[in-house]
Amino acid sequence: MALTKEQIAQRIAKELKDGYYVNLGIGIPTLVANFIPEGINVVLQSENGLLGMGPFPEDGKEDADLINAGKQTITTLPGSAIFDSAMSFGMIRAGKVHLTVLGAMEVADNGDIANWKIPNKMVKGMGGAMDLVAAAKNIIVAMQQTNPKGESKLLSKCSLPLTGIKCVTKIVTDLGVFEIIPDGFLCVEHAPDVTIDEIKAKTSGRLVIADNVKPVAI
Amino acid sequence: MSINKVVANADEAIQDIQDGATVMFGGFGLCGIPENCIAAMVKKGTTNLTCISNNAGVNDFGVGLMLHKKQVKKMIASYVGENTEFERQLLSGELEVQLIPQGTLATRCLIAGYGIPFVPVLAGVGTEVAEGKETVVRNGKKYLIEEAFEADFAIVKAWKGDTMGNLIFKDTARNFNPLMAMAGKTTIAEVEELVNPGQLNPNMIHTPGIYVHRIFQGTNYEKRIEHKTVRKTN
Repeated sequence: MALTKEQIAQRIAKELKDGYYVNLGIGIPTLVANFIPEGINVVLQSENGLLGMGPFPEDGKEDADLINAGKQTITTLPGSAIFDSAMSFGMIRAGKVHLTVLGAMEVADNGDIANWKIPNKMVKGMGGAMDLVAAAKNIIVAMQQTNPKGESKLLSKCSLPLTGIKCVTKIVTDLGVFEIIPDGFLCVEHAPDVTIDEIKAKTSGRLVIADNVKPVAI
Repeated sequence: MSINKVVANADEAIQDIQDGATVMFGGFGLCGIPENCIAAMVKKGTTNLTCISNNAGVNDFGVGLMLHKKQVKKMIASYVGENTEFERQLLSGELEVQLIPQGTLATRCLIAGYGIPFVPVLAGVGTEVAEGKETVVRNGKKYLIEEAFEADFAIVKAWKGDTMGNLIFKDTARNFNPLMAMAGKTTIAEVEELVNPGQLNPNMIHTPGIYVHRIFQGTNYEKRIEHKTVRKTN
């Protein structure tokens, strides 16, 4: 079985360490907040200017002045802090945020990432993605292994306009977990019941299978 | 007597914004946008505007209202995904657009307000954002040179303000507002609550009044929520 979106998020949540400040992107990355392991205290950063993002409000308690970067209504927590957008990206640029999780359309085997534009088709803008990938030291990409056409999103070279160069450290897909190493994608875990052959068939960039490759523990 | 920057309303605040002006609009999505001034701009019908705003609103609210009326010649923004009319105008070539990284957008406002003409940033290196930009290398790392914004007007929305132009923002409605307030040649602030000098705690001021030229108390805030998300309750 390939991993569900929730299981991808659950796997990424295992990367969290106590004391981490974490920025979660829109989509699957947002789900990571639901799987923070017990005993691990992390602070979620929302790049529109909040540290200490809380859960969604109760119905009727939503406040238009309090949203996350995905424009969803949220809450603060005891110990939250609010700041402007320059400080928000200042703390990202300065390396204070320990982990960034974001989605991608394509990742190359050298760590390049493309996730903001499909020329002549979709132009939404890069938002904060370029700032995040340029600055963060630990960037995990959460995405499907293939696009809706069934083509691999793990490539030797991105075909779409880049968001950042040589910046991705790890990728968690529905099929497995991959680290970026000088030799390309190092597959360290595979989804339960997903074969290495399937991963090979659905990875078009350079792929190395770790000697101790193991099933993703969910 | 203290300096008094109060104007009657949005119409008066924006009356001298001419066709072709460069105008910044505070807000993130629809959060913290200057609703009253946007409505006044739509009513006035000023055209050929260059707008600097993180987002382009939605089709029928925020900066999107001005796009819909074709008042905007050029849009400088970081994310416009919520506005399909924007995407249509962009892909059809009706609208000139410059998309820039969000942190770069914020920093270019910040340095304008700090009197710093340009700044080296990593964001966008190796991407199409870097095309045509001057670069500098320090300790083996390449940076893009990004310039301070020059805007004729900045229009921001605050929670509270006093007649001298001191501003306090609420929650994540702060976002780009204090940064743009610093960056306008003329800065207009609309506030939910306008008070007399002395009624705001000086320690709590986010934007000192020196950056603000006109202020008024807004009315009828809709504060539209883009994505209402609530907790599941049993």
